Amino acid sequence: MPDFRNLGTVLRILVAVNGVVAVAALLRDPSLRTWPIAWTDMVAVAEPQLLLMLATLYGLQPWLARQTYSLGVTILLALTVLTGVGLYTLLGRTELPEPGGLLRNVLLGLLTAWGLIAYFRLRARALSPAITEARLQALQARIRPHFLFNSINAVLSLVRTDPRRAETSLEDMADLFRVLMRDNRGLAPLADEVELCRQYLALEKLRLGDRLVVEWHTNNMPADALVPPLILQPLLENAVYHGIEPLTEPGIVSVNIFYKGGDVHAILRNPYRVTGGQHHAGNKMAMANVRERLALHFDAEATLETRVKADAYEVHLRIPYRTEKSAAPHGDATNRRDAHGSAPPADPKAPLRRGTVYG
Amino acid sequence: MAEPPLRVLIVDDEAPARRRLRDLLDDCAAALPLAVVGEAGSGSEAIDLLQATTTDLVLTDIHMPGMDGIELARHLLKLAQPPVVIFTTAYNEHAVQAFDVSAIDYLMKPVRMQRLLAALQKVPRLKPVSVSKLDELPASARRFLSVTERSRVVLVPVDEIVYLKAELKYITIRTADHEYLLEESLTRLEQEFGHRFVRVHRNCLVSREFIRGFERCVSDDGDAHWEVLLKGMPETLPVSRRQQFIVREIGRDPYLAAAAAK
Repeated sequence: MPDFRNLGTVLRILVAVNGVVAVAALLRDPSLRTWPIAWTDMVAVAEPQLLLMLATLYGLQPWLARQTYSLGVTILLALTVLTGVGLYTLLGRTELPEPGGLLRNVLLGLLTAWGLIAYFRLRARALSPAITEARLQALQARIRPHFLFNSINAVLSLVRTDPRRAETSLEDMADLFRVLMRDNRGLAPLADEVELCRQYLALEKLRLGDRLVVEWHTNNMPADALVPPLILQPLLENAVYHGIEPLTEPGIVSVNIFYKGGDVHAILRNPYRVTGGQHHAGNKMAMANVRERLALHFDAEATLETRVKADAYEVHLRIPYRTEKSAAPHGDATNRRDAHGSAPPADPKAPLRRGTVYG
Repeated sequence: MAEPPLRVLIVDDEAPARRRLRDLLDDCAAALPLAVVGEAGSGSEAIDLLQATTTDLVLTDIHMPGMDGIELARHLLKLAQPPVVIFTTAYNEHAVQAFDVSAIDYLMKPVRMQRLLAALQKVPRLKPVSVSKLDELPASARRFLSVTERSRVVLVPVDEIVYLKAELKYITIRTADHEYLLEESLTRLEQEFGHRFVRVHRNCLVSREFIRGFERCVSDDGDAHWEVLLKGMPETLPVSRRQQFIVREIGRDPYLAAAAAK
């Protein structure tokens, strides 16, 4: 069953039903001039039922999510019949134009509902392999081997002169790789992700020294917001790799994370210089990866935009603000990924992750 | 039998990487007489140091901002006594494959002391890497052209070049306030810097950035042709009949329009 509290799902249903009605109106009244009238007539009948259904499903969602698929479908079809008959009776008592036979209305409703169920089923199927695929991809694109070996080299240079700093750096690396290698399909608090990013940047600073200047703006950051793990780190890695490393002079990477209008925003900025107009393919891969994971977790509710300003490259990430508490009705946080239907009960220890980090 | 020590220059844009190599070279000094003559954080810094001190070996990182290690290896061949170059790299699969194919020496970072020592011991028998070998490596366009002037190597930033003109054996490099002579082929330069320069004549490449416009000229015998007007200098360059199409092409080039507006 799709998640009826998800904006993307609701939007899809609204668009689909109104589209079906528009086509049906055209079939009934092939003249383009009078077609809008036919459409409004039919919408007047279809829309109340549609909205009533959506409201009911929104309320039932937590309970519905716990039922088996076949029971869910039965309930949904039963609801369609129920609301259809109920509204038809109500409408009969108003001045509105005659909606046509009861049986015909209910049948049309059932057909549309069935079509939508089939559509969401197909969509879930299409996305399921993508979850595994995305994870695989995620692990491959995660950390550049370039970074790993350069960091090890930098830590080695510290061992003799500054053993304590070498220790801290190895601890940072251990933390970073622990996160990289664990199962990252659930959501985790934003504070954890930010901490990880700080450790990552400390390692980059170790080898780049004064060339890397990091500015954090996290005063309005909702630390408890749930985000996909490793959603910011690859973006920062891009910022360092494409923004700082090609520069001979020092450059600033700025991170601005804040809460606004029900969403968590993260704006990352790094210096950018057009050199022969070429843009690295590695950048696009990391972006596509982050974008795909956002889509899997939040569908249309999260966005990722990139902008090239005068001499800076900016990435703007928007994620709906959800916390452990607000996510509770859907089950525990780690199950959020199932929101869009049947994610495969994949073995979290599947051998996908092995070897990829090391090339 | 006191052998003269091996003089080594370390080039890497990352300070910790330089320090690491210096530590390792100190360790190697016990087994092989050597002296670190200096450290450079960039390719151009390295060229400066190399002119001041005689060096036998340059240990250079491949991936560096500004001038990368491969470009450095090219330029230092113009020195009176070019040193041997050994590349170091943390990870660069494609480059490493190419290095293997061309049998060019490289060390993987982190470098092991034994591995470094073995490489150092081979140095006296090695010759500097040839240009043709370097050509086989997948390199991006150079940032500088190097010319020899009064036995010194001068680096001319490609960004500052107004035009390149082939004359007899040499190519004249024209910048806003200098002229240099270069021994290279114009065709090869065109291939390498095609995004930056445009061919206006059989013997001339002009930087798009320095084109101010075009002017129609009629000579005494009644033949008309176009001349390129350059930014910041009164000199003009003729456009050959064959290359006339570039007048229209560049006329509506948004890159040029933006550069001209500045």
